Amino acid sequence: MASVTFDHVVKRYTADVTVVKDFNVEIKDKEFMVLVGPSGCGKSTALRMLAGLETITEGEIRIGERKVNDVAAKDRDIAMVFQSYALYPHMSVYDNMAFPLQMKKTPKAEIDKRVKNASRILGLDNFLQRKPRALSGGQRQRVALGRAIVRNPQVFLLDEPLSNLDAKLRGQTRIELQKLHRDLETTFIYVTHDQVEAMTMGDRIALMYDGVLQQVGTPGDIYDHPANLFVAGFIGSPTMNFVPVITSNGSAKAGSFQVTLPKPVGEKKGTLGFRPEALTDRVVDGGNTLSMRVDVVERLGSDQYLYGQVGEDQVTARVDPRMQVAVGDQVKLGLDTRSLHLFDGETEKALL
Amino acid sequence: MSVAAAADRPGTAATAARFSPRWIADRLSKGVIHVVVISLTVAWIVPTVGLLVTSFRPFAAITSSGWWTALAPQFTFTLENYTKVLSSTNLGASFFNSFMISIPATVIPIAIAAFAAYAFAWMKFPLRDWIFLGIVGVLAIPLQLSFVPVLSFFVAHGITSSNLQPYGLQFLPVWLAHTGYGLPFSIYLLANFFRALPSELFESAEIDGAGTLTVFFRIVLPLSVPALASLVIFQFLWIWNDLLVALIYVGGAPEVAPLTVTIANLTNSLGQGYQLLTAAAFFSMFVPLIVFLSLQRYFVRGILAGSVKG
Repeated sequence: MASVTFDHVVKRYTADVTVVKDFNVEIKDKEFMVLVGPSGCGKSTALRMLAGLETITEGEIRIGERKVNDVAAKDRDIAMVFQSYALYPHMSVYDNMAFPLQMKKTPKAEIDKRVKNASRILGLDNFLQRKPRALSGGQRQRVALGRAIVRNPQVFLLDEPLSNLDAKLRGQTRIELQKLHRDLETTFIYVTHDQVEAMTMGDRIALMYDGVLQQVGTPGDIYDHPANLFVAGFIGSPTMNFVPVITSNGSAKAGSFQVTLPKPVGEKKGTLGFRPEALTDRVVDGGNTLSMRVDVVERLGSDQYLYGQVGEDQVTARVDPRMQVAVGDQVKLGLDTRSLHLFDGETEKALL
Repeated sequence: MSVAAAADRPGTAATAARFSPRWIADRLSKGVIHVVVISLTVAWIVPTVGLLVTSFRPFAAITSSGWWTALAPQFTFTLENYTKVLSSTNLGASFFNSFMISIPATVIPIAIAAFAAYAFAWMKFPLRDWIFLGIVGVLAIPLQLSFVPVLSFFVAHGITSSNLQPYGLQFLPVWLAHTGYGLPFSIYLLANFFRALPSELFESAEIDGAGTLTVFFRIVLPLSVPALASLVIFQFLWIWNDLLVALIYVGGAPEVAPLTVTIANLTNSLGQGYQLLTAAAFFSMFVPLIVFLSLQRYFVRGILAGSVKG
C-alpha cells in the first residue's frame, strides 16, 4: 500500500519530441486514480514510466517515500495489466499466474495458495489448466488481472484493460474492477481514453492533453468545474455546447441571444459553455432564454436529445422526453444560469 | 475468425442448388484445381518412383530397358542391389559418420543462432542494425569461395581431421564449417521470428521479474518451436545430403567419410556400379524422411493464439 508521486516529470524522446511535460500529481494511498485523455496525450507514457518500462527524462517518481527513477521494474513492487493482456500463450492459466511468484522464488505451497485465492476471487477456478487460447476475451482479461493480484503489489497499473472487450462485458468488468479495488484496498492507477470509464471508476481523475496535465479532481469536480475549454469539451456526453460571446460586466452576448452571468467578468472575448442538460423546456420570466431551430430529434426513452441551430451556432439540448418536438420546429428553451461556464478567448481558462 | 470462415465455405457450397450454373462452376473450378494439383504431384514424383523401381531391378535389365517396362508382367524384381550395397561396402560406418557430422552440425549453429537472434531482435547495443546487416549480407557470398582460405586457416592451426582423430574430434572441422555456413541464415530467420513476438510479452515478463535468460528459455524458445523445427529440418537435410563440404573438410577416408561420400564412391569413373547407387540412395533417404515426419507435428499453427488481443 502506498501513494505515488509524479514530481515535475518530463519524458522527452528527442529535443523537440516531448510527450510528457512537467507532470505533477500525487496519488493517494488506496486511491483509484484514472489518467484520461485522447490518444497520444502522454497518459500511457506516464504510466509506463511509473512501471519502469520507460526511462524518466527529468523529474522524480516516488512510490511511497521511495524514489524509483533508477529502480528496476521488477523491484518497484507494482503490477501491470496490459491492454492486450500479454498472457504467456504456451502456459496454462495456473502457470501464467504463478510466473511472477516463481520469478521471486516464492515457495511452491505459497504460490499455490495465492494462485488459488486469486482464481477464486476472479472466478477462474475451473480454467486453471487451460491455455489462454481456450479462453474468452473476458476470461483472458481476468487471468491478466489474476497475474497482477497474486503479486500483492503496492500499486496496480492498468493500461486500457477494457478496450479489447465488447460493450456489454466492458460494463460488467468495470463494476468488477471497482469491487476488486475495494476488496484489495490497494492503489489503482488506470489509464483510459474513455471518459465514461474515467467518470464511473475514478475516485479522482487526472485529465491530460498534449503531454500536459489539464486538471485533477473528483469526477463531479471535473464535470461541474472544468478548468479549461479542453476539459469541458472532453468530459460529458453529448459534449458541452460552446458559443463564442463577448462579455460586458454581468452579461455575455452571443450572435442571437444574451445571457446574464452569475458574476461580472469585465469586457472580453470568450467562449460560453453550457451542457445539454442545462437547457430545459421550462422558460422562466426574466431568465435566460434562447430560441432553437430543431434539425434532429433523438428519443432514447429516458432522454430526448435535440440538435439544432441557435442563430449561427450549433447547440445540443437534453430535454424531458415528454416534450413534443418535431424537426423544423422553433422552440424556446430556458438556460440555467448556475450551469454556465465561460472560458477566456485567449487562454481558454475558465473564468467563472 | 478462422473457424467461422472455415464453417462458412461448405455452407455456401451447399446453398447452390444441384446442376444450377453456380453448382457447375463450383464443381468445375474444384475439378481444375484437382487436375492441376495431381499432375504437379505426379510430375514431381516420377523420377523418385523411377529410382525406386530401378533399385529393385537386376543390372542386366537396367542397362537394356527403361524402368517403366518393369511395371508390366512378368515381374523380375530383386533385392540384389540392396544386399550388395549393404554387405560389400562400409555403408554402416558411413551411416554412423553421417550422424556424427549432421547432429552436432545442426545443433551447434542453431543454438548459437538462437542466442544471437534474440540479442538482435530484443536487446539494444551499439551498431546492432549494422552488424545484423553484415550477417545477412554474408548470405550472398557463395560458400565455395571460402574453401581455400578457411581450409588453409584450419591446416595452419592444426584443426584437421587427422590431427584431431586421437581426441575423437575428427569431425570438428566439418562441424565448424557447417556452423559458419549455417549461422547467417539461421540468425536471419530466427531474428525475424523473434521480432514478431508481441513486445507486451517481454514487458510483462520484465515486470514479473524475469531476467534476460529466463525470458529467453521460458518464453522465447517455447514460442519459437515452429521456427526452430523448420530450421532443424533445413539444416539437417542440407548437411545430410552435403557431399562437397564434408569431402573438403574431413576427406574421403573410409573411417570418416559420410554416407554421401561413400555412395558417390560406389560408381567408378567409368560409370560402373551405378545400379548400386539407386539402392544406396534409398537407404540414405530414410533418415531425412524420418526427421521431417517426426518434426512436422511441431508446425503448430497459431502458437501465439490467446496471448494478446481478445
